[in-house]
Amino acid sequence: MATAQTADAVDQQAEFDALVAAEGRIEPRDWMPDAYRATLVRQIAQHAHSEIIGMQPEANWITRAPSLRRKAILLAKVQDEAGHGLYLYGAAETLGVNRDDLLDKLHAGRQRYSSIFNYPTLTWADVGAIGWLVDGAAITNQVPLCRCSYGPYARAMVRVCKEESFHQRQGYELLLALSRGTEAQHAMAQDAVDRWWWPSLMMFGPPDDESAHSAQSMAWRIKRHSNDELRQRFVDICVPQAESLGLTLPDPDIAWNEERGCYDFGPIDWSEFQRVLRGDGPCNEQRLEQRRAAHENGAWVREAAAAYAAKHSGAGTTNSTESTDSTKTGENSESTEGAMAG
Amino acid sequence: MADDALVLSHRLGEWVGHAPALEEEVALANIALDLLGQARFLYSLAGDEDELAYLREERAFRNAQLVERPNGDFASTIVRQLFFSTYQELLYQELAAAEPAGELGALAAKAVKEVAYHRDHATQWTLRLGDGTPESHRRTQEALDGLWRYTGELFDPLEGLAIRTDTLRQPWLASVTEVVTRATLTMPEGTERISWAAGGGRQGVHTEPFGRMLAEMQHLHRAHPGASW
Repeated sequence: MATAQTADAVDQQAEFDALVAAEGRIEPRDWMPDAYRATLVRQIAQHAHSEIIGMQPEANWITRAPSLRRKAILLAKVQDEAGHGLYLYGAAETLGVNRDDLLDKLHAGRQRYSSIFNYPTLTWADVGAIGWLVDGAAITNQVPLCRCSYGPYARAMVRVCKEESFHQRQGYELLLALSRGTEAQHAMAQDAVDRWWWPSLMMFGPPDDESAHSAQSMAWRIKRHSNDELRQRFVDICVPQAESLGLTLPDPDIAWNEERGCYDFGPIDWSEFQRVLRGDGPCNEQRLEQRRAAHENGAWVREAAAAYAAKHSGAGTTNSTESTDSTKTGENSESTEGAMAG
Repeated sequence: MADDALVLSHRLGEWVGHAPALEEEVALANIALDLLGQARFLYSLAGDEDELAYLREERAFRNAQLVERPNGDFASTIVRQLFFSTYQELLYQELAAAEPAGELGALAAKAVKEVAYHRDHATQWTLRLGDGTPESHRRTQEALDGLWRYTGELFDPLEGLAIRTDTLRQPWLASVTEVVTRATLTMPEGTERISWAAGGGRQGVHTEPFGRMLAEMQHLHRAHPGASW
């Protein structure tokens, strides 16, 4: 990558800018600014990590699902999430990094995942609240990413969004069944929505005036809408859905604003958001610990697969244990929470 | 048969979020989901699936003890899967070929494709683990030796089935031996049965961890009698 002020570099930058401005797609072999590459690596890795860590709160209920139908739906969903993680690590790898390194960074706490997964799933209804609210917020964030300027990421998002919408409908339907069920089931659903509402709004990231990366990401057409715009869109979708669910949202300030043509809502407790991001959420430690344990306990299995593959060339292995060139990933600790979950 | 599929599906579901590689998160959940689908179909032939899964107690379950064995390490999960999927594939092949086919035959014809994939997955992993590193070899041999005594029960008669399950034993042994040998492992030599309860699981006599598994599986459903989900 040329970084010097050569005529070549100027041409490349101009070509890149023109392609982005024309809504073209940047592909892995195209020249791109180092900072663009680094931003994408950070964002896609965080997105992939979120899918993987996001399996935990839901998997927490697989063995306790109250009917076989719900259990099958939940298993299929968590399986999809592992699949999304795989697509996304694949997309990140087109930028010259490697999945094992990204996972190492996750395990070392050097790359983030969505703060939402640091909240515990305390009842069965939480599985529905995650589907409806968390996946709903994720979709609101991700649909615009289907038009993101980086081709591999945009294409991964198209596939992910299809499956996510399905999960979101299932979550809604789960809550509806509880809401219309017995009194205890209704109370369980309301309690879950009460606990997940505010954390879901935080998934859109800090307010626009405090969002460090937004302006640059929007100029690069990685991001298409501001955090606050997407958050507003999400609230506008959820309010009528909550009404038809027969559940209330835990915000007394929610009211239709005729003038703005959308719902007003109350202030978000950003200090909680900051605490969770810093690692002080209810489950931060537990989530990372489980991930590290799975990785460490599985080391001998991955080593066996690599040893077997080495002995029997041509016999495939499902593990990417071979190492490839890893360029600098440019991860940093600043939040790009305006991203992903689900 | 339905209990076998349900219980093994449940055990595999316990792996989710703990697997050694992302591909295995997908694969184990996928197999669990296939088995759950088979269990649901089979229960639907006998009654209400949720009543059968959630409201029977330990002594009323007829699954083989093999499938209720705790997951242990990855080697032990893979060996359990190799033993069971090889058996299940043979069983479904017989059922699919039986005349008249009936509903069970139709299920078997579809499920046999899923189970062939499960067996292939277990086979590939048995080879990798057996012929991988000294540690993976040791763990896999231990798993083979430890689970061996739960295999005899698989060939006891299955209530209500016209097929003679004891005839599956020879092809099963041939198939498992071929994989185990290719994986540079040794076939266990001890008894194929636990001595205190021949055919235990099929008679509703289970191992201790099973009660705890059911407690976890059933508690929410039982806490809300009559609720629908």
